[in-house]
Amino acid sequence: MYTRTYKTLVAVPPLLWVGVFLLLPYALMFAHSFWLVRDGFLVHQWNVQNYRALFSNPLYVQVFLRTARIAVCVTLFSLLLGYPLAYYLSFHAGPRKELLYQLVIIPLWVSYLVRGYAWKTILGSDGVLNGFLQYLHITREPVGFFLYSPFAVILMLTHIYTPFVFLPIYASLEHIPRPLIEASQDLGANRRATFLRIILPLSIPGLLAGATFAFVLSLGDFLAPLLVGGPSATMIANIVQSLFGAAYDWPLGAAISVCILSITILLLFATERIEKRWSFK
Amino acid sequence: MSVAGATSPENTPLLEIRGIAKRFGSAEVLKNISLHIAAGEFTTLLGESGSGKTTLLRLVAGFERPSSGEIWMSGERLDTLPPYERRVNTVFQNYALFPHLSVRENVAYGLRVRATPKDQIAARVNDALDMVKMRDFAAARPATLSGGQQQRIALARALVNRPKLLLLDEPLSALDANLRKEMQSELKSLQREIGVAFLFVTHDQEEAMALSDRIALVRNGALEQVASPREIYSHPATAYAAQFIGQTNLLRGEVRGGTAACGEIRIQPVSGPDGPATFSLRPEAIRKVSDATIGTPYMTFKATIRQQIYGGATELLEVDCAGQLLRVRVSAGEALHGEHEFIFSPRDAIRIRD
Repeated sequence: MYTRTYKTLVAVPPLLWVGVFLLLPYALMFAHSFWLVRDGFLVHQWNVQNYRALFSNPLYVQVFLRTARIAVCVTLFSLLLGYPLAYYLSFHAGPRKELLYQLVIIPLWVSYLVRGYAWKTILGSDGVLNGFLQYLHITREPVGFFLYSPFAVILMLTHIYTPFVFLPIYASLEHIPRPLIEASQDLGANRRATFLRIILPLSIPGLLAGATFAFVLSLGDFLAPLLVGGPSATMIANIVQSLFGAAYDWPLGAAISVCILSITILLLFATERIEKRWSFK
Repeated sequence: MSVAGATSPENTPLLEIRGIAKRFGSAEVLKNISLHIAAGEFTTLLGESGSGKTTLLRLVAGFERPSSGEIWMSGERLDTLPPYERRVNTVFQNYALFPHLSVRENVAYGLRVRATPKDQIAARVNDALDMVKMRDFAAARPATLSGGQQQRIALARALVNRPKLLLLDEPLSALDANLRKEMQSELKSLQREIGVAFLFVTHDQEEAMALSDRIALVRNGALEQVASPREIYSHPATAYAAQFIGQTNLLRGEVRGGTAACGEIRIQPVSGPDGPATFSLRPEAIRKVSDATIGTPYMTFKATIRQQIYGGATELLEVDCAGQLLRVRVSAGEALHGEHEFIFSPRDAIRIRD
């Protein structure tokens, strides 16, 4: 069909793009993680100091564990919100389906920053939530821990990533042939059994895709802790940011990045394998 | 509950559909349908697509609720129960096998969700797989099976639950012609063997004739005629029934004093009142005078051969009797031309509602 030259010509731009903007930066990051900074200057001397520092300094381990905890919470809460929502839309929304779908999608068009600041005004000590609680005389003083806490970060990230979790789950639920559900009921399974034995297993690919989205994106997030997190909710990406910025320790920052990247890649591999096990077509 | 003692159990029909109507919005899909099905009977809902036959099946299965009317099974109200509490099972048009479960797990599904003891499940699943000759495929995934094999699994999955009534929604329509014929005869012998009542939906009149004890002909959401295949073929109640099941000649004319005049064709004797009338005369009820052995009384007419369509053992003639076109089925012979004389028995001209 197509000549060799044509195929090569078509393949070059995307390959260049991936090479220059993806592989090359990763290679540089990887290399940096094995270099070091001496007297404020980057020294191209191969060593594993950065990794040793990473695992021996309890601060990094602590922040990393906190990050993982936050990401796990965000994933769980997004699933708890996103799955029922997708289920309702797919099976019970009837004619309202299209409208509700759009309502879920619209927040995705609003800037991340705007949504972050919105949470600030809601959760702040003179914010909407505290005002409301005081108005109802539930609290006398403004509640401080709403804002600048891991709670606020989890809340904001859950809000942001729930649509990302919702979408693949909704897609996989929509793909379940409806006669399968009728067949299950026909064979004596009530709604609950039909959900557990047919709908849930067949939506696992979407569920995994959504969970991976939420977890990976939360793991690398640095804006939410910056906006609503405060010092008690510093996440690993904030450390990377400061190491590349004010602290000027690119090699250590790169080492942390390599770790996060490895975890992410491992996770993607694992979920893909499980997804394959659960996809049937 | 039905009135105890009023009818003996043998006389109580297995399934009673009483005055069922179903509307979707303003569309009236089923109009006042009443139908009884006896235990062990093979009943077919035959009709064109959109006639409402599948909707009727779905009402019995419980996937739809009737707008009015009731459905009873063995003296119990059925239409108020959810599908999972009805002792009926369905074979779906595209089988609806669970893709994430093996053949064995698919067949075991109904027993598992009803918490049947484990050892019983294994034995009954094996029996069901043997019944459809699919034991060797127990570990396979449905996606790896052919259409015919999936069909068998769908049957086994339904029958393993020992339903009193099996509903089949055009189960053979996805198969190619040869396999379809084969599955038809298997289905029929299976049904005889296990004695479960089948309610079978199809748009294929040949299939309905081959399989059914009784055919319920559905037209525009109402029952046109309910009778055995032989009865419905030899004594169609309406012009629609006569034309839908087999081929026929419709003769329209006037009855006066026991004689009908339909163009050049006379029919005598005719029962029923005088006035306009329609008759169904099957092509095979008409013979050429030259090879006829028809007893008295008989009718004759002269007609010109228009077309001769060869069909193996028989051939179909299209003949013109003074402007009236008729079809005549004769055993295959030499090419025919010109005018011939034809003969039929007036008993074969069935007076029908138009």
